[in-house]
Amino acid sequence: MTNQSTYRPGLHRYALAVGVCTWLLLLAGALVTSNDAGLAVPDWPLSYGKLMPPMVGGILYEHGHRLIAASVGLLTILLALWLWQTEPRRWLRRLGLLALGLVILQGLLGGITVLFFLPSAISVAHACLAQLFFSTVVSIALATSPTWHRPVLPLESAISPRLRRLAVLTAAAVFAQLVLGALLRHKVLGVEAHVFGALVVVAAILRVAATIRRHAAAHTALQATAIWLRRFLVLQLILGVAAYWVRLLTRDASQPEPVTVLITVLHVTFGALLLAASVVLTWQVYRACGRTHAFPAPTPLPQRAA
Amino acid sequence: MKRTQVLTIVLLALFVVVAACKKEAEAPKVEEGPAPAATTAAIDPATAATVTGKVVFKGTPPRRNRIRMDAEPNCVAIHKQPIYGEEVVVNDNNTLRYVFIYVKEGLGDRSFPSPAQPAVLDQKGCMYIPHVAGVMVNQELHVLNSDPTTHNIHPVPVNNREKNVSMPPGAEKLVFTFPREEVLIPVKCNVHPWMKSYIGVLRHPFFAVTGADGSFTIKGLPPGEYVIEAWHEKYGATEQKLTLATKETKTIEFTFTGAGGD
Repeated sequence: MTNQSTYRPGLHRYALAVGVCTWLLLLAGALVTSNDAGLAVPDWPLSYGKLMPPMVGGILYEHGHRLIAASVGLLTILLALWLWQTEPRRWLRRLGLLALGLVILQGLLGGITVLFFLPSAISVAHACLAQLFFSTVVSIALATSPTWHRPVLPLESAISPRLRRLAVLTAAAVFAQLVLGALLRHKVLGVEAHVFGALVVVAAILRVAATIRRHAAAHTALQATAIWLRRFLVLQLILGVAAYWVRLLTRDASQPEPVTVLITVLHVTFGALLLAASVVLTWQVYRACGRTHAFPAPTPLPQRAA
Repeated sequence: MKRTQVLTIVLLALFVVVAACKKEAEAPKVEEGPAPAATTAAIDPATAATVTGKVVFKGTPPRRNRIRMDAEPNCVAIHKQPIYGEEVVVNDNNTLRYVFIYVKEGLGDRSFPSPAQPAVLDQKGCMYIPHVAGVMVNQELHVLNSDPTTHNIHPVPVNNREKNVSMPPGAEKLVFTFPREEVLIPVKCNVHPWMKSYIGVLRHPFFAVTGADGSFTIKGLPPGEYVIEAWHEKYGATEQKLTLATKETKTIEFTFTGAGGD
């Protein structure tokens, strides 16, 4: 197999579909935590000794999450197999295997959290690994996209090292902030660390976006990703403040309130999109730098007949 | 990598570590193993004293939360009238319900046998009954499911073993025992998140829970000096020291203050 790839719309659309399903899985997982339903089903891998228990109360969220997780697991197996059998780029075949390994590990962590009554370390690991898995699937979707198969305008060599560093640091800062968010949601840390992390993320994103605007004006893909990064950032800041405020207002509620659930779930799931955007940006920057063997010049897309 | 960037990352990591350590330090330690056997000194009923009283609430009673059971049709079908949360229940006489009163200090190293009579916690109308209860260490707690739906009974102790057991409708009673003292163990149902109960586990039988009139009575105490504590799930704990003479009945009053009560 050569390292040259061709654009295959079927594979790309499938990878996109897996990405969308994974995001929905993240949403389902956030619903479980926000509704305090993590232990609504006390056994695993069956639910109340069955494949399909009565879907009422917290069982709806917990077992619903398991059903979506099983589906995503199957979709990921197919994706990894498809890549392994047909993808000429070795790094992408390995990325498919990584996605498969992550989703299997996620399943096991999910089971351990139930069987050991939600130990904080495992719950936080489960939350963070979910984000890594989502980013991996997004990366596969990016690498199979038509954009990836078009020639890329190289970045100026003077700015390349700095932009690479900024992109990686931004993605790392966003991931660290997601970790702090998971630690907050599972009551390991207070809100202070998460607020501090938000400031770091804001600084990182503004810095990398400004650098791209100043030094990569001709790179439309980078510009577009930077714009989405800023949009998700603004949305996350608003959702974060709203989540804190609504939790304060409903702290004496007898049960999770719908508005609290909605805002915290949105905050978690848009956090995943923010991470995905920062990961996409990092891939795009590295590709535009063209310094690594993992991103050889692609085969151009076939020209359409006039 | 620039020095400022490295410094930023190191400071961030230090902040997280310090915050995590602080949280770790605040976490209560789990006592290992049951309490050591103590000497048995029988209480002479001819000298036994009584503590009685009530728990007063000052301030504006908070509005009780209406429970939404629409996630569970079986629960909705049971209730024709609205159901309200039991976190803060202020009685008509401005006393507080569901306060756990117990002897915190003063019994020395006396030991008391666990009663053969079990305590009962029922799941009825998709609510725990009672909302607050007391048991002695190793006394059986029988958990019943009187509802036409599945519950899961999930005590979340610190000093005892955590459990999470499902109970389908018509299931046999579950029997729990708690070998270590704990004031109080929250109990919840993860299927129905509004369901909450609290179980106090003590090495002695001198405890009570206030009811609809806010009163309590603890009988059979030997003469001596005591610390009596009143615990409420929202307003925390408050204690009083008192001295009981032979066959004395002492009346005390606890006060919890809500918003607007200062």
